[in-house]
Amino acid sequence: MSAIEDRLRELLVRGLAGDVTAYHEFLKALSSHLRGFLRGRLVRLPDEVEDLVQETLLAVHNQRHTYDAAQPLTAWVHAIARYKLVDLLRRRAGRDALTEPLDDELAIIAVSDAEAGDAKRDLAKLLARLPDRQRLPIIYMKLEGRSVAETAQLTGISEAAVKVGVHRGLKALAALARDET
Amino acid sequence: MKTDQLIDMLANGAQAVDPHVLRRRYALALGAGALVTALIVIVLLGVQPDLGRAAWLPMFWIKLAFPALILAGALLATARLSRPGSRIGHVPAVIAVPVLALWLLSGAALLNAAPGEQHALLFGSSWLACPASVAALSVPMFVALLWAMKGLAPTRPALAGAAAGLLAGAGAALVYALHCTETSLVFVGVWYVLGMFIPAVLGALIGRIALRW
Repeated sequence: MSAIEDRLRELLVRGLAGDVTAYHEFLKALSSHLRGFLRGRLVRLPDEVEDLVQETLLAVHNQRHTYDAAQPLTAWVHAIARYKLVDLLRRRAGRDALTEPLDDELAIIAVSDAEAGDAKRDLAKLLARLPDRQRLPIIYMKLEGRSVAETAQLTGISEAAVKVGVHRGLKALAALARDET
Repeated sequence: MKTDQLIDMLANGAQAVDPHVLRRRYALALGAGALVTALIVIVLLGVQPDLGRAAWLPMFWIKLAFPALILAGALLATARLSRPGSRIGHVPAVIAVPVLALWLLSGAALLNAAPGEQHALLFGSSWLACPASVAALSVPMFVALLWAMKGLAPTRPALAGAAAGLLAGAGAALVYALHCTETSLVFVGVWYVLGMFIPAVLGALIGRIALRW
C-alpha cells in the first residue's frame, strides 16, 4: 500500500513542478482509486459515483496548491474526497446513505476501479454556461491543447488574462457542478 | 464529458504551482489587515500619550506578549486548517496555555489584593471599551484572512473560520495595546480574552457558510 502512496506522491510532486505527463498519470491513477473508494461508500447511490469522481478530481486540481510535499498524499486526498462525499450526502439530506465508516485514510488507496461508469451530469454542458473570458481560454488551452500565447491571440485577451480565465473558470465549473447535484 | 476527457482537460497545459502560495496569501492578508487596523487605532483611538514611559513597565510588555502568543498559536492553527488532511494536533493546547497561565496569575493577583482594590483590578476604567474595540478592530484582518482562506481548501470550515477569527482578534488586541492604558493583569485576562473570543465565535459562524468549496 505504501508503494502506491509513494508512486502517486512522486507523480503529483513532479506534476506540481510542471511535468504534465506525470500529472496526467497521477490524475488517471487517482481516478481509479477514487472510484473504488466512492463505490464502496455510495452503495445505495450508485448513480452518483461517477459524478462525484469528477467533482473530486476537479477539486483536487483546483486545490492542488494546498498539497505540502512533507504531508502524506493519502491524508490529503482522503480529506478532499471525504469532504466532497459528506458535502454531497448533506446536500441530499441524508447521511444515512453512507454505508461505511469514513475514518480510515488508507481506504482511499486500498481499492481501485478503472471501469468508469457514466456521469449523469455533463461537465461539457456546464462549461458552456461559463462567460467567454473563462470558457474560451479553457476550450483553447485545456481542451484543444493550444499554448497560452496562441490562446491569447485567438481570444484577443492578454496572456495573463488567459491564465486567470482558466484558473477562475475551472473553479466556477466546480461550483456549478456542486450546485447541479 | 467522460472522466477520461476531464483528466485530459485538467492535465493539459497544467503549469507549475507556487509551493509557497499558502505562506504568501497569509503574509499578505495579515500585513494588509494589520496596516488598516494600525491606521484606525492611530487616527481614531490614538496611541497612549505617555507610551515612552509606559514602555518601561513590565505590564506594557505583557499586554503585547500575551496577544502575540495567541497570535502565533492561531496562525499555526489557521495554516494547518487550510490544507486538507493536515492535523491540528496539539495546537489548541498551545493556544490554551498562555490563557490558563494568565488566569492563574490573575487569580493570585485578585486573592492578594486589598479588599477595596479588586474591583479596580478587574474593571479598570475601560472594561467595556476594551473587548468592543478589540472585536471591532479585528474586522479588517478577519476579512483579509477570509479572502486568503477562500483560495485554499479548509475541509473543516467552522473550525477554520474560528481559527481565522482568533488570529484576527489576537492581531487586533496586539495593536489595541498601544492605545490601552490599563495596568492590571486581571483586566487583560478577562477583557482582552473576551475581545479575542468574540471574533473567534463569529468566525466559526461565518466560516461555516463562507468557506465552503
